[in-house]
Amino acid sequence: MLTSNPFSELSSLIPPAGMQTYVVVMFLLVVGATILDVIHKKSAKYFFEKMKTAKERRAQPLSSATVVSVSVKTVVHDILTSAEFDNPQRRKAHLLTMYGFILFVVTTVIMIFSYPTPETPTPALVALLWHVGALMVCVGGYWFWFKMRVDVAAEGHKWYRLIPADLFILSLLATTTLALIWSLFGGTFLFALFIFASTVLFGSVFWSKFAHMFFKPAAAFQKRFAEADGSRDNLPEPADKPAQFGLGIKRDLPRHY
Amino acid sequence: MPTFVYMTRCDGCGHCVDICPSDIMHIDPTYRRALNIEPNMCWECYSCVKACPQHAIDCRGYADFAPLGHSVRALREEEKGTIAWKIKFRDGRVKDFLSPITTQPWGEKIPRLAELEVPDKAALDSPLLCHEPEALKIESGLPTISKDKFKQGVYY
Repeated sequence: MLTSNPFSELSSLIPPAGMQTYVVVMFLLVVGATILDVIHKKSAKYFFEKMKTAKERRAQPLSSATVVSVSVKTVVHDILTSAEFDNPQRRKAHLLTMYGFILFVVTTVIMIFSYPTPETPTPALVALLWHVGALMVCVGGYWFWFKMRVDVAAEGHKWYRLIPADLFILSLLATTTLALIWSLFGGTFLFALFIFASTVLFGSVFWSKFAHMFFKPAAAFQKRFAEADGSRDNLPEPADKPAQFGLGIKRDLPRHY
Repeated sequence: MPTFVYMTRCDGCGHCVDICPSDIMHIDPTYRRALNIEPNMCWECYSCVKACPQHAIDCRGYADFAPLGHSVRALREEEKGTIAWKIKFRDGRVKDFLSPITTQPWGEKIPRLAELEVPDKAALDSPLLCHEPEALKIESGLPTISKDKFKQGVYY
């Protein structure tokens, strides 16, 4: 079950060209909405202006070796391992969701474009990774939803209280959960629900938190370069003292997330 | 100088929400990032600025004495027991300050008041505070001045 490609079984109902067109449309929706979001929130303008002011404040010039090493460090530290999160639970949940989503999307594209029909048998590994990806998103996402969501614990809100910020996580969870259920049980109705959830996920980029996967890395690069060039966003230099007193207020994790 | 949050820096961890004595640092329901919901009620205590692990919180200076172009930023390093301030004036002058905020490991030297004996009425009426005079390490007790030694009237 976990090693079968649900899309090739679907090809009798929907021609592969239809599925491929849907994937392309979703991709265009993400790209278009991200561009609109950048224009609407003026985030590109903000980052360019920040870059300009940081350049003026620069205490030391950046050599190309520093640029490369800072870039690698940012990619590894802030993007690939989500080390920005101080809360280890949040970091684990984010890593599960992030890598699960990447696996899910990549294997979906591979299965729909390379193995769309039963005549082109899908390697068991690809189908397995699709299921594992969806499962990883579910584990990380439900962990976040039930245990870590902002304000739930501290403000006394119930887990089912919805706010606009939930659009992304809910549509993501609905997409992967319904994908798994549809893969296990089949059926047109479940497939329709799955497609509805994924259309909401990729079609709501302009209103949801989806775009954070683009602007958070930009913010991480800006922060690391400000540290490397000595401008440090006007922050004082770290004290030249030994770390000997242990953790103070950071002994407790915040109850809000 | 009420605080504000750089949304691109904030990761919504909630340290500022927990520490704000005025309870005005909240998490935005749309963007899931911190924000100061009521700058008018900000005590300007800088607790959130110091607590933020991402250095995403800054202070907006009042235009009359802190005009545009200045910067006041703090870096609290609790494991080193220090807090550093960098004050940047509008004309480009920079002043750096470094101060200790503890000389003992955090959380170990908390007075265990519950283990003390319950004070009697005489102790409660006395001018001595809890732990005094032992905590003052003055064997002869608190120094006192006889009222006869005071001159009449107001003097400095």
